[in-house]
Amino acid sequence: MAKTVTFALMDAPFESARSTTALRLIDIAVKRGFNVNVFAYEGAVYLPFAKQAAHPNAFHGRSVEEENHPLTRVWIEALMREAASRGAKLDWVNCGLCVDERGAGEAIAGVRRGTPADFWGFAQASDNTLVIATK
Amino acid sequence: MKVLNIVDTAYRATLEEQDDTIVWITAAMRTNANAPVDLLLRGNAVNYAVKAQDASGLSFGDQRQTQPPQLAKDLEKLREKGAKIFLVREALRERGIEDGELIAGLEFVARDALARLFGEYDQVWHW
Repeated sequence: MAKTVTFALMDAPFESARSTTALRLIDIAVKRGFNVNVFAYEGAVYLPFAKQAAHPNAFHGRSVEEENHPLTRVWIEALMREAASRGAKLDWVNCGLCVDERGAGEAIAGVRRGTPADFWGFAQASDNTLVIATK
Repeated sequence: MKVLNIVDTAYRATLEEQDDTIVWITAAMRTNANAPVDLLLRGNAVNYAVKAQDASGLSFGDQRQTQPPQLAKDLEKLREKGAKIFLVREALRERGIEDGELIAGLEFVARDALARLFGEYDQVWHW
C-alpha cells in the first residue's frame, strides 16, 4: 500500500524559494509513488491560482515565448499529472477563508476548497506531515 | 494523535488578519475537528500572552480598523477550548516580561526541557 505524506504550505508564489523547494519535495514524493496531500494556507492558496500569466521580459530581451516564465499553477498541474501517471494522488486543498480574503477563488482543476479540519484529517491519515511555514 | 504547534514568528500580518493565523488554525482544528492540538510560543511570540497589548487605532484616510487583533484574548479563548499553551521561560526573561503581565492559565517550559515536551507529542509542527 502506498504511503501518504501531507504538506502544509504558507508562502505565496514568487516571494520565497520555500515554495519551489516544497514543490520539489512533492515532485520527489509523487515520483516515488507516494500519495501526497497539500493544505495550502494563507498566501499559498495563490500557488494554484488559475489566472497566473506568463509575461515577456524586456530587461532580458525576450518575448513571452522565449522567456517561458515559470508559473506555479503549471508546475502543480504537472505534479498532478505525474502523480496520476504513477497511480498516486495529489490532493490539494486550499484554505477557503484564505481564498476569500485574497480573492483567489479561481484555482486550476483538481484543487479543492477546504478548512483546517481537512488539514487535520490529512495529517491523521498520513504517515507523516511536513509544515513549511512563512518566516 | 497529539500535535504541538510552535509559533516563534510573531506579529506576522496580525493587523491584516486581525489575529495570528497559527493561533487561529489551532483553535479552528480544536473546534471543527476536535483535534488535540496544543501551542508553544517561543521567541518574540511569547509577547502574545501580554495582557496590556493594544493594537487599536489603525486608520487610512477615512478607513478605520474596528476589530484590531486581540492576541492575549485569543489565547484565553484557545485555552478555554482545552488547549495547553506553553511559553519558553527564557524568552520571557530575555524580554523583561514579568509573570504578572501575562494572562492566566499558561504553562512555562525551560529551553532545556523542550525536547522532553516534544516527546509527549506524536507530531510537532513548527510554523
